[in-house]
Amino acid sequence: MSAGQPPFDSPEIRRLSPVIGPGYTYGSVTDKISAIVLTRPTSLGWYVGFLIAFSVMGMMTVAIGWLIIKGTGIWGINIPIGWGFAIVNFVWWIGIGHAGTLISAILFLLNQKWRTSINRFAEAMTLFAVACAGIFPLIHTGRPWLAFYMMPYPSTMGLWPQFRSPLIWDVFAVSTYGTVSLMFWFVGLIPDLATLRDRSIRKPLQIIYGLLSLGWRGSARHWHRYQSAYLLLAGLATPLVLSVHTVVSFDFAIAIVPGWHTTIFPPYFVAGAIYSGFAMVLTIAIPLRKAYALEDFITMRHLDNMAKVMLATGLIVAYGYFFEFFLSLYSGNKFDVFLVQQRLHGPYAPFYFALILSNILVPQLLWSYKVRHNVVVLFLMSIVVNIGMWLERFVIVVISLTRDFVPSAWGRYSPTFWDWATLIGTMGMFATLLFLFVRVLPAISIAEMRELVAETSEEEK
Amino acid sequence: MRPSDLYGVMGEFGTPEELLEAVKKVRQAGYRRLDAYAPFPIEGLSDALGLKRNLVPAITLLGGLAGGIGGFGFQYWAAAITYPLNIGGRPLNSWPAFIPVTFELTILGASLAAVFGMLALNRLPHPHHPVFNVARFTHASSDRFFVCIEAKDPNFHLEKCARLLQEVHAHHITEVSND
Repeated sequence: MSAGQPPFDSPEIRRLSPVIGPGYTYGSVTDKISAIVLTRPTSLGWYVGFLIAFSVMGMMTVAIGWLIIKGTGIWGINIPIGWGFAIVNFVWWIGIGHAGTLISAILFLLNQKWRTSINRFAEAMTLFAVACAGIFPLIHTGRPWLAFYMMPYPSTMGLWPQFRSPLIWDVFAVSTYGTVSLMFWFVGLIPDLATLRDRSIRKPLQIIYGLLSLGWRGSARHWHRYQSAYLLLAGLATPLVLSVHTVVSFDFAIAIVPGWHTTIFPPYFVAGAIYSGFAMVLTIAIPLRKAYALEDFITMRHLDNMAKVMLATGLIVAYGYFFEFFLSLYSGNKFDVFLVQQRLHGPYAPFYFALILSNILVPQLLWSYKVRHNVVVLFLMSIVVNIGMWLERFVIVVISLTRDFVPSAWGRYSPTFWDWATLIGTMGMFATLLFLFVRVLPAISIAEMRELVAETSEEEK
Repeated sequence: MRPSDLYGVMGEFGTPEELLEAVKKVRQAGYRRLDAYAPFPIEGLSDALGLKRNLVPAITLLGGLAGGIGGFGFQYWAAAITYPLNIGGRPLNSWPAFIPVTFELTILGASLAAVFGMLALNRLPHPHHPVFNVARFTHASSDRFFVCIEAKDPNFHLEKCARLLQEVHAHHITEVSND
């Protein structure tokens, strides 16, 4: 360690709050993590949880099925609010997806060792969140079987997508993000799949994990190229993760609707995305480490760091809210000023105040060391932030669209049962995928944990 | 065992340090066709094996360039040549509006090239390999480190190689057969 290291990474701190519990060897980390998949009996809790999640996902299937039969009229959308829950939920889910890539790519480039035990499931969470997000614009088209119109393909009509439209940018940004996240996740999984292949006793498992591991044998020549590919992917994913929510914010910012047409949107959307993503990582990590006794791998240090990232990004978001407010008033534009009044006193004001409470006020508790180290409070707070971030998108979409320039174009919006069924249903899908993931794949990167063991044992010498 | 059936001779080690030491000694003894196997990437192992810079970064750059140039070129072609839409006389080549898609496709091209380039250079997928014939090799993916001197090495001689591995304190020394 060079003399310029910041004090918070001092050996003293590392000893007091380690990123891995003491006494682990290469063999024991491998055993402990692979046992969750291979040898430990599936607990009753897993079956119950999976069953609940799967039923909720069934509700989504019904809601989407009914939508396809009846059309988007079953939703609460109307003419000023052509974008109802579909876009609110899309932006919310995509935002949640951002933490995975942030943890795996940006913290990797910054050489933050504490990312190691949380990156795998955070990446999985990203993929599942992107999958949930992708559903909404798709079904919002009304005729999802024609969604391929958005892709540039040589049609018999000689038509091409309108590349100047933020909605087409979204198609490219989200599909690139999904693809790159999937590859990043899979590349990270290859050595672990080889571990599972070598440690499973049953032939079918050996064959399945063997095929998935692509025959990885840990050759130094392979590692050599693997490491450069992984580093490059991290470098590529870093600007990508910042670009995706920027492009999502363009969906709003490019339009001239009051409250949307502002240059602060891209950075404030990105900060909000990371904020909600870290909240979701905490929501998942806290029960996961409890259920599988992974307290030695996902230590208090991890939870504490994640809480700090949440606090920091939450403050950026608060800054965004403040400047949105200030710029509207300072602009002197009467439509913008009116919108601010509508947020404070309009029919949707309770949502705005709930948003301020859950995104700005409640997270200030994270300044306290005691709060950051109280697992239950942290878990509840992560849920509050998730709700708050959903409210933020609701406020942005609904208040602006119901109160734009001409009073004759004003309206009201209220979601129907089917709107709620789809939103809650995607949460079921998200949970179902997570339950399956922790059951069949290592939720913590085994190869990277071994590397961590090697590094920590070197430091002790 | 006929010499052609022999893939090489393999020694097992318990720690990354022992492995590094062994690789250096084996290289010093003049062997070049050898490989090391480890459950995680080990610092200095590539240098010890004399691995040069690999092609993955160059392939990634090419993929990124192809994605970026192809992405912009395609949008230009679609918006300005094959399907021009005159909207209030605005320029057809409205390049700032093409940047987001160009950017995304650059990243996509580079990432696809990095992953598939790495797999292709590593000759993966490769479900079966002679080293898997060694029973203890299942530990190469958890807690053991291996060095294999391959029979293709011009200096290869089974007894000499086995003795060399013994000298560098390999725990188990096994012949690796080709099938």
